[in-house]
Amino acid sequence: MRYLTTKNRAILREMVATDFKIRYQSSVLGYAWSLLKPLLLFAVLYVLFTYIAPIGEGIEHYGVLLLMGIVLWSFFAETTMIGASSIVSHGDILRKVSIPRYLIVIASSVSALINLGLSMIVVFVFALANGITPELSWLLLPLVILELFIFSIGVAFILATAYVRFRDVTYIWEVVLQAGFYARAIIFPMSIVPAELHKWFFLSPIVQIVQDARSLLIPSSDIITIWNTVDNRVAWLIPFAIIAAVAVAGFFYFRRQSKYFAEDI
Amino acid sequence: MNKTTDIAVHINDIHKEFILPQSKNTSFKQAAINIVKKNNKVTQKVLDGVTFDIQKGDFFGIVGRNGSGKSTLLKLIAGVYSPTSGSIGVNGGLTPFIELGVGFNPELSGQDNVYLNGALLGFTRKQMDVMYDEIVEFAELGPFMGQKLKNYSSGMQVRLAFSIAIKAKNDILIFDEVLAVGDEAFQRKCLDVFETYKASKQTVILVTHDMETVRQYCSKAVLLHDGHVIEQGSPRKVANKYSALNQASIDNDVEKANRRLPSKLKVTLANQEGKQAASFDVGEDVSIGVDWSLLDQSVTSIGINIFRQSGEHITGVNTLKEKINIDEKTNLKVDFKMDIRPGKYYILAEAFQGVGNRIDSLEDGAPQFSVREHDVRWSGLVDLQHKWRDI
Repeated sequence: MRYLTTKNRAILREMVATDFKIRYQSSVLGYAWSLLKPLLLFAVLYVLFTYIAPIGEGIEHYGVLLLMGIVLWSFFAETTMIGASSIVSHGDILRKVSIPRYLIVIASSVSALINLGLSMIVVFVFALANGITPELSWLLLPLVILELFIFSIGVAFILATAYVRFRDVTYIWEVVLQAGFYARAIIFPMSIVPAELHKWFFLSPIVQIVQDARSLLIPSSDIITIWNTVDNRVAWLIPFAIIAAVAVAGFFYFRRQSKYFAEDI
Repeated sequence: MNKTTDIAVHINDIHKEFILPQSKNTSFKQAAINIVKKNNKVTQKVLDGVTFDIQKGDFFGIVGRNGSGKSTLLKLIAGVYSPTSGSIGVNGGLTPFIELGVGFNPELSGQDNVYLNGALLGFTRKQMDVMYDEIVEFAELGPFMGQKLKNYSSGMQVRLAFSIAIKAKNDILIFDEVLAVGDEAFQRKCLDVFETYKASKQTVILVTHDMETVRQYCSKAVLLHDGHVIEQGSPRKVANKYSALNQASIDNDVEKANRRLPSKLKVTLANQEGKQAASFDVGEDVSIGVDWSLLDQSVTSIGINIFRQSGEHITGVNTLKEKINIDEKTNLKVDFKMDIRPGKYYILAEAFQGVGNRIDSLEDGAPQFSVREHDVRWSGLVDLQHKWRDI
């Protein structure tokens, strides 16, 4: 199977460029909004959790850790949410030309990936300003981001396919994302969770990814990760197994249904 | 030489069914209900065993009435739909123009739209770079390419989309009713392009309603009817069969309209053999029968008028003026030789008492008939009896 032929690359490129150009059309700050959105959310939560409900109190570099969590979560939320409706919103194209359907989902995730890249620059700047020294471990961050990307795109493929038949999907997913944001150690530090519950949290790939990313950013701090809390080494594989299962399921579910997209939309 | 290498598109026993929307699950609730109820899906068979080959260099026409499955077939060839069963083999690159300007985004500049549209049609950036200048030149939009598409007039948008379509070079090109949009000048341009395709042996697949185009440009054609191929081969044969098919349907409509007559007059139409009919050939003898036996009053004269559907009064005859006595009669026939232009006509029958006192007429829902599409050697509405002589 030839997935990234020059033709497909041309389609991907044009779709991403289109998305990039029209997303913040006729807004004064334009593309800066994709950076400002997570930053403003961060500002609100930072004020909330350091002054009003100080759960971040006493944790070194809480702000940097919070920002890292928000940026990664925003990527996951954006990829899955936009990915979910991508097939339906491009219905007019699908009914007129036969481009590979998966390109549409991938294109929506590439836009989110570009946003993530820009956001990561902000995270680094913020970290340096906070007195965190650059570490060699930062070079491993792309691996964690790759893992997050695979998970997000797997979920996006499943949601996009389901959404063609069931328009309830986006409503449900919106609620799931909202709940996950507050329940998945994005805004609160793992240290406030009772130790015996840690292993259950790490069943979620998102928690594993976010905690690993934080620990790579500030290796000197004692961030709770799956590696230093879960003793059973086989259990370390669980988040990865979940990601693999989601990605494979997404791939096959999407591939099986995609030939009916044009008539089902 | 191997015969299969000359085939551009091979269509083998294609079947296509659609699940009808009312039985489709669009929410989880419905899906759950349907699982419990074991709802049987209602399917509609659109194509039912279609087989034919398109050779390289063919200008191939696909014709058929609305709902015959031709657009579905085109989308199957273009790869937009997948067949329920059967197979389609496409030999070479294929560019479908099911609609002009697919993916056009009003917020993008003309230039961006050209590249976006090109990519969706399967061209790489490099190929588009080569074609770009030609496209802009043909569209005559050079100074506007930097502007957003939403600032273009609709005519400019069509011109841009069309220029991409005709400058796009690929092994096989597909057009779906492109001629249906645009003004006369635009259609003229389309036909000029078809002329060059035909001359250069470009493989083209065209779906159209216009039999004139089929006769003139296509080298081969198929006629689809209710999901079957009912005629294929020479475009002339296919076009004639299509016209006959349309005529049969018009006859059907006319018959239905004739059934609701409000008046007490009865009018019948018969052909030379005396059989009832509602469509005739140019020059055919038609007898129009009038029956006024249901009228209570005594009738002194009967009039028959023929109108073209657009309103022109073709002829009107009256028994009184032609001094035909109908005192003892309750019905009458009059024979016309239908030397009139093909098209739809209706009849107005009138009954009079005394001079000019109309007591009944068949006006609304008057019987209709049509004169079949035909090559005629004269122009205008009627073929007047005439003779050429030396002066």
